[in-house]
Amino acid sequence: MDTPARLRPMLRAAAIMLATAVAGPALTGTALAADPIRIGSVVSATGPAAFLGDPEAKTLKLYVDELNKKGGLLGRPVELVLYDDGGDANKARTFATRLVEDDKVVAMVGGTSTGATMAMIPVFEEAGIPFVSLAGGIEIIEPVRAFVFKTPHTDKTACQKIFEDMKARGITKIGLISGTDGFGKSMRNQCLKVIGQYGITVVADESYGATDSDMTPQLNKIKNTAGVEAVLNPGFGQGPAIVTRNYAQLGIKLPLYQSHGVASKSFIELAGPAAEGVRLPAPAILIGDKLAAVDPQKPVVAEYKTSYEKATGQPVSTFGGYGYDGIQLVARAIASAKSADPKKIRDALEATKGYVGVTGIYTFTPTDHLGLGTDSFRMLEIRGGDWALEAPAR
Amino acid sequence: MSEFLQLAFSGLTVGAIYALIGLGFTLIYNASDVINFAQGDFVMIGGMGTVFLMAAGLPLPVAALIALAAAVLVGLLLHRLAIEPARGASPVTLIMITIGASIFIKGVSQIIFDKQFHSLPAFSGDTPIPVGGATILPQSLWVMGTALALVVALYLFLEHTLVGKAVLATAANRLAAKLVGINVALVLALAFGLSAAIGALAGVVATPITLTRYDIGTLFTLKGFAAAMLGGMGNPVGAVVGGLLIGLIETFAAGYLSSTYKDAVAFLMILLVLLFLPRGLFGSRSVERV
Repeated sequence: MDTPARLRPMLRAAAIMLATAVAGPALTGTALAADPIRIGSVVSATGPAAFLGDPEAKTLKLYVDELNKKGGLLGRPVELVLYDDGGDANKARTFATRLVEDDKVVAMVGGTSTGATMAMIPVFEEAGIPFVSLAGGIEIIEPVRAFVFKTPHTDKTACQKIFEDMKARGITKIGLISGTDGFGKSMRNQCLKVIGQYGITVVADESYGATDSDMTPQLNKIKNTAGVEAVLNPGFGQGPAIVTRNYAQLGIKLPLYQSHGVASKSFIELAGPAAEGVRLPAPAILIGDKLAAVDPQKPVVAEYKTSYEKATGQPVSTFGGYGYDGIQLVARAIASAKSADPKKIRDALEATKGYVGVTGIYTFTPTDHLGLGTDSFRMLEIRGGDWALEAPAR
Repeated sequence: MSEFLQLAFSGLTVGAIYALIGLGFTLIYNASDVINFAQGDFVMIGGMGTVFLMAAGLPLPVAALIALAAAVLVGLLLHRLAIEPARGASPVTLIMITIGASIFIKGVSQIIFDKQFHSLPAFSGDTPIPVGGATILPQSLWVMGTALALVVALYLFLEHTLVGKAVLATAANRLAAKLVGINVALVLALAFGLSAAIGALAGVVATPITLTRYDIGTLFTLKGFAAAMLGGMGNPVGAVVGGLLIGLIETFAAGYLSSTYKDAVAFLMILLVLLFLPRGLFGSRSVERV
């Protein structure tokens, strides 16, 4: 059998590739020093949650590169294995299994939505691999699971921050208008759970559909309820913007509190002049340049903002910040554990104390895998179409 | 009293938007028997198109006009590329085609525009006008005025122009219309184009109130469809009355009963009406089809 001459180089290449593929695992086994530490991630870089997942993915890539520039961890390079679930929790779970079984990651930072995170948790719990989630839901860390941590604030923290502010201002009776979407519902429930501790009662409790375009009937009802001293709107997306506009249209003069769900510039744009005077809790990153010089988070936030904006040409967002804190927490844990063993990384993560991040200052304990207090939120007020830092009303 | 007025204003504003979309349904249904589930997406194209053209520096009227033209083009393409080739297929098939078209339009809009919510500045300022203890936004008057103007214009067009009569004739009997020399294909294209224009115009006037995003069409399609069904599919007056009724029921249910069940109340009313008047409120007057 004679092979045509021009095919020979190709065959040779194929043979070499085959040989490498077979010998591959054996080689990496011996060359341990150059073996990278693999950190896994599954985020929703595309799909409906892309506005959350895209900055997360970019941040993770940016800071893994950064780690490698500084010589990696434990003298080994760090490799980020990143998958995009497109906003589909089923896909997220498939990728989670792949990360554990094929990619052999030692830790995982990801899970853009609460749904995707919950779908992936069993995989990592079973494999005993630490999983730092970037999603908001409180069910991720309550009840505490041995290997699951998370970086974003929960709705509960936001509720507590808002109620602290209300209490300091002597507000005791509020009207509630919540979205019926997942975010609005969850936050309403969390708020109702903790509201009693602040001596505040809900005297009007209204809701609206996530896609509604007019909330004046509900607000009118609150307006006509006797004794309401402030209104709180747990919601996400365009709903709060419409609530804010309708609020101004009806001429309601009571303080309006929005949630951290609208802590972005686009809320001010959508709500327009009606947003003046609206108060909301937000993480430090939103107002990096307005933080006091002594604020421990100021340098961290400034560094992240500069690096991210230089690398991507896009403005920083809270969501990318969750990714930043996730990867930093894991990197710190690997360094302090002096090992890439998942169990030891987990123990080191749980021992994290006073890590100053973009989102807040984290201190994990065996009973608290979020590690953020209400001080991680800043109370902001919208003034002149921009965020203004509220002096703590005490 | 002031509460009643406030709710009525809200209901009429929202209802006028539903009515405009219901009108679009009616027009296409009349000409072609197709229930066009991409109707709400014309509203989105009108709103998003205007937002992005204004962001590019064009003044509002010019931006709105271009967005309107774009929507008409999409309407014509929808007819030419999706409905026309399937001519003769059953209504269910055609409905499925329009649902597919709607998904396609949303997908493309995500890429052309973006995935964020956007708003337009109100045409005549944001200062609410006080009326009898309640307030109404100037933009609400724009929405209601546009709805009224379009209804009158559409009525005059259908009843008092030759082309309008041709549309009605095509609806009544396509074969007979062809035999008397009506260019049926042209009439159908006209219906799609006009319907897209009405939808897009609704989008332009409603966006300062409702805000807009690439996927907002789904909601509008559902409400507009409900309006058209309640009024009696195929009857322009019915679509308008149906739209206003749904808007009013929704707001009164939210204001006086419970905001949690406002959609349920509205749809329950529709079910009841259709139970007793299967052809809708004005259905008996619609053209009998054999």
